[in-house]
Amino acid sequence: MNVVVNATNASNKTGYKSFELGSFKFRRDEYFVYIEWKSKKGPMTHYMSADAFLRAMMRDVAWGFFYYQVNFDHVFGTNNLYGQVEMFAGSFNETFKSQGLNLTETFDTPVIMETFKAILADWTNEGFDPFAAPAETTNDWLGPKHGNNMAAINRERQVSRRMVGLPGDTPVRNDGNGYPVNRAFADVDQSQPEIHAEKGYESQVHGFNLFAHLSRSDVTWNPSVTSVCKSSLFCPTSEEYILPIKHGNDRVEWFLQLSDYILWDVEDKNTGKPRAKVVMKAGDIAAMPADIRHQGYSPKRSMLLVWENTNPNIAKLHATNAIPVYPVEF
Amino acid sequence: MSRFETVFGSLDNYEKGHIEIINDKPTNYAFSNVFEVAAKSKPYEKVAVGKNQENLIEAIRAEGTSPWYTCAHDEFALVMDGEVEVHFIDIGQDQRAPAKSEGNVTLKADPNGKTMGHVVLKRGHQALLPANAAYQFRARKTGVVLQQALAGENTIYKWKDICLT
Repeated sequence: MNVVVNATNASNKTGYKSFELGSFKFRRDEYFVYIEWKSKKGPMTHYMSADAFLRAMMRDVAWGFFYYQVNFDHVFGTNNLYGQVEMFAGSFNETFKSQGLNLTETFDTPVIMETFKAILADWTNEGFDPFAAPAETTNDWLGPKHGNNMAAINRERQVSRRMVGLPGDTPVRNDGNGYPVNRAFADVDQSQPEIHAEKGYESQVHGFNLFAHLSRSDVTWNPSVTSVCKSSLFCPTSEEYILPIKHGNDRVEWFLQLSDYILWDVEDKNTGKPRAKVVMKAGDIAAMPADIRHQGYSPKRSMLLVWENTNPNIAKLHATNAIPVYPVEF
Repeated sequence: MSRFETVFGSLDNYEKGHIEIINDKPTNYAFSNVFEVAAKSKPYEKVAVGKNQENLIEAIRAEGTSPWYTCAHDEFALVMDGEVEVHFIDIGQDQRAPAKSEGNVTLKADPNGKTMGHVVLKRGHQALLPANAAYQFRARKTGVVLQQALAGENTIYKWKDICLT
């Protein structure tokens, strides 16, 4: 699909371009991003700090719009329809929606993806890495446009087909391939398993140090896929500071805290009303039901195993209430 | 010296989190702790601690030597505590799980076939349990293994006993 991104020339004042997609308009200045749309009751404007917007958009792009809903905040976000994407403002905020101030529009995935990539490319300045923890990047997100950081925003999510380290699969991270141990995981054991494979079984007798692999992640809140058991995907990730989005589920998702701890705010998916706070420490495992949105807070860089079910029918089964929104009944 | 200390859990030293309910039920989250589950399990009981339709995460207390298992599809073992050998035998069709079946099964007799090798896993190490191979855990040091698996005849469900309510 040949996609044309609707962008203006760079502002004479700030250097940033403005963008349009459907009825939505996007612009930024030195501090803030402004999202404008037309509601049934007239024009609306929503604003976010530019760093928060870029961190959220970075995840949405890197995750390919992920499993259903990515809320940039309490107003703006996207829903993945797997081939198309809904972009919304206020549609999952009880007040905006009840007052008729919301808007949802649907786009073919390549159209919204190219537009989001163009916004990210133009609005991310040299020196600012929207994937990084605040302590590991700069405040170059603010101010007038200066340069870009294409290397940071074009990182590809690492997705194993079977398991990390197998021949032809994603490699184990090490110093040599550009993944030094993160400052917060300097005490993590870097030993690899002893592998004693008989001749001819080298591709089957296999293991790697998952914790060492995670200690070398150069990004935060960006799950990679490390092992695949049919539709069961282990998607571990390293987390620090705040998950830049609120993820709204279209299926049950599970978290297993591998190290340290994360605090989760859980809200109703459709209204945003608070439902629970879940405090997960090392060894804790918990489900995120299919009717919630969640946002994590990691006081220290931690290791989290996100466990996903990629059964292509599961979203539809939940959407039609054919299966419960909760993982188990007891 | 780094000012950071990474906190992992173990059978002997773990701290369980909690849920603060605002407008929900704690059972909706099926919240448990794998070290606590394993601490209260018999050796090599495969206790479901995560279930997403047919997909499972099982918490296993690795102590001594396990039975031999096999499975028609890949599974994975992640050691959370202890030190565990996993041995593999290339068994014949007569001892394999039925083709396209889901979940692991216990071999009814010692495995017959070529030795494939073994791995030695410590905390954080993950191993492939390849489809159609027989595998056996041998704990050098008692610990906890998490298995990425599908529901099968060996899975034990005891949600009421392990989850926050």
